Amino acid sequence: MNELVFFINNVVVAGSVSGSIYAIGAVGVTLIFSIMRFAHFAHADVMTFGALMVLLLSTAFPAAGASIGIPTALIMLPLAMVLTAALAVGIDKVFYKPLRAHGVKPIVMVIGSLGVTLILQGLIRLFAGTGGQSLYVDDRKEIFRLALPFEDVRVPVVITEPQLYLFVITLVAVIALHLFLNRSRLGKAMRAMSDNPELAQASGINTNLIVAVTWVIAGGLAAIAGTLLSLDVTFKPDLSFFLLLPIFAAAIVGGVGHPYGAIAGGFVVGFAESLAVFNWNILLRPFRDSFPAWLELPTDLAFVSTEYKIVVPFFILVAILIWRPTGLFKGKVI
Amino acid sequence: MSTQPKREDLVAAPSRFPLREVLLFAALMLAVLGVYAAMGAAYSTRMLVEAACYAILALGLTIQWGYGGQFNAGVMGFVALGGFCAMLFSVPINDAFWGTELPGELGRVLLYAIAATLVVIGVTRLDRLGVPKTLRTVIAVVVGLILYLVVISLLREVTGEIESRAGFIGGFGLPAWVGWIVGGALAGGVGYFIGHICLGLRSDYLAIATLGIAEIIKAFLKNSDWLTRGTATVSPLPWPTPGPSEVGFTLARALYLSMTAVVIAVLFFLLHRAYHAPWGRMIRAIRDNEVAAAAMGKDINRRRLEIFVLGCILMGLGGGMLTSFNSLFDPNGYLPLNHTFLVLVMVILGGPGNNLGTIFGAVAVYIIWIMSGPMALWLMQLIVTFGEGAFGWDAPSNMDSRALQARVLVIGVLITAVLRFAPKGLLPEKIRHHD
Repeated sequence: MNELVFFINNVVVAGSVSGSIYAIGAVGVTLIFSIMRFAHFAHADVMTFGALMVLLLSTAFPAAGASIGIPTALIMLPLAMVLTAALAVGIDKVFYKPLRAHGVKPIVMVIGSLGVTLILQGLIRLFAGTGGQSLYVDDRKEIFRLALPFEDVRVPVVITEPQLYLFVITLVAVIALHLFLNRSRLGKAMRAMSDNPELAQASGINTNLIVAVTWVIAGGLAAIAGTLLSLDVTFKPDLSFFLLLPIFAAAIVGGVGHPYGAIAGGFVVGFAESLAVFNWNILLRPFRDSFPAWLELPTDLAFVSTEYKIVVPFFILVAILIWRPTGLFKGKVI
Repeated sequence: MSTQPKREDLVAAPSRFPLREVLLFAALMLAVLGVYAAMGAAYSTRMLVEAACYAILALGLTIQWGYGGQFNAGVMGFVALGGFCAMLFSVPINDAFWGTELPGELGRVLLYAIAATLVVIGVTRLDRLGVPKTLRTVIAVVVGLILYLVVISLLREVTGEIESRAGFIGGFGLPAWVGWIVGGALAGGVGYFIGHICLGLRSDYLAIATLGIAEIIKAFLKNSDWLTRGTATVSPLPWPTPGPSEVGFTLARALYLSMTAVVIAVLFFLLHRAYHAPWGRMIRAIRDNEVAAAAMGKDINRRRLEIFVLGCILMGLGGGMLTSFNSLFDPNGYLPLNHTFLVLVMVILGGPGNNLGTIFGAVAVYIIWIMSGPMALWLMQLIVTFGEGAFGWDAPSNMDSRALQARVLVIGVLITAVLRFAPKGLLPEKIRHHD
């Protein structure tokens, strides 16, 4: 049973954590893709920017959270979301709108977004230095150890406080997004525009407004994902670096332009990563006695070692592009 | 028909004096002379050699982006592959490895890997024997996973043994140019793999996939200590030309520079011919109007693959030359900023699709890049001194490292500004029109 708890800690918990973050990021990427038809490479840096805002705000008001009893960073999150959304809209106005007005190919927009990536990275490093910093400025990170009610289980299931917040906030964000896309006028207009931009425009939908709303949603979600990831680990300026490929893999696995697919894709990539780096020897240990004598299992039975974690999203990406380029849920944009 | 007035853009442009080219290259010459005057001959020659190696990378990218309209966001990976091959082939033979039974062990594992691949391929063909397709897929996946685990465990054992007993496998002790050619071929092979998957799909997918493969190549080179010594780095790498210890720094670098110049001249000539050949016209037709080209019966995906692989080969070659020149193989030294985005700026600033413009862009941007480090530090120092003097401002201590981050910002601003204000670059591609 101890081995099973180990599995839960290393695969189920870790996979849901990274899965939630990839899912929130991939939703933003996929929304931008479906409205503006280009892969927004700067999205991971927008995430980092959101986390940086939270870091700056919580450094400025370190005692704000203690009075209510939740981490300061979470109180600052809504404010950071607003700031990040404003940044996203601003980036669009300054960098992408002129390119769109020129009617360039989508791939030129991609190159432009790479330029934006570098600008954001430079700014973030200029203001935050290059080292890692904890978002828990003045609070303490709670760690919950849940002992299972079985006799021979000695290892507890470990969940940290930010992870719990992460699950709750992810759930809330997904439900809110679902309601927005299906119930509100703007959400329906957005879906119409992603289906057919010309038809949407002809039927009187204000496409400029839709573009702005898309950036606001993507920016706000990016701030959530970046902050929650930095809460769970630490804030690093090169955080974006490890996020970009998994997020795009998640968006493509789910079918580009398909928000629910992106959520599923995020969890697929997250769990695939944690399953691939898990040492399977641990699960096989209880059955060791029943193995034939000639079979000697090596102690390290992980599919890839942690350094090669980045191979996993890439492998998923390649596999999906070969066998099902439209994604699991049949995205619209290929 | 002859009574119709001729449209101006359909008339072949009269051959004009290339004023723009002459002016730009004269300015570039002046800049190079300025660097020579300020920094000394040895430093400046080193800068020129590196700029020349970057020019080869930029030619590779201009083929892909300028000729073919494909965006490769992973130049770094192909550069690193070229550098790795240059290292593997030119470094002296390591007797501590070859003198033992380890090469045999390694070969045995490789044979197992080949055998395992063949078995998995065989299993995927089981449906021809009447096994249902779903069952075949399940069997293939399970067999594949198990065989993969077996092979990777054996490989880990052998590589661990190599690392503890011999350090790393060493090189083949061959001339460096063998490594460059193999590096180009290897980069082309990886390019074929990526291109084969992505080129039929949206162009964004190619960017994502190349970005990923570059990181994977780097991770592999960084963590395979048995093959590359990983972060311990390998140096010195021998040069194909006489080294600094034989003829002195400046002369040795000048010799290397002449060799790179010859390589660039040959490549330039070949690319020029290819660009004006029917093949080049076909490539541009596909870039400019895919549907029309397909309607003319051109095999679009095949041509695209050719152009992508050709670009990757040049990147591998240039990467090999660059790494040999630095005489140091350090997997951590390959950075997206230095080896992907810098090359991208060179190409889009110089003029995508125009070889001369690309070479101009490579040298000009590299000079700016090299000089921007000292300049940024100096500027930061000035601001800090001013700030302390005027407001008693307490500057952060890591100002130096932060100043270098400003280069990231500058490259980003350059990319976005060029795309917006000069999308065709300083020396735009000349489109020839015929009657």
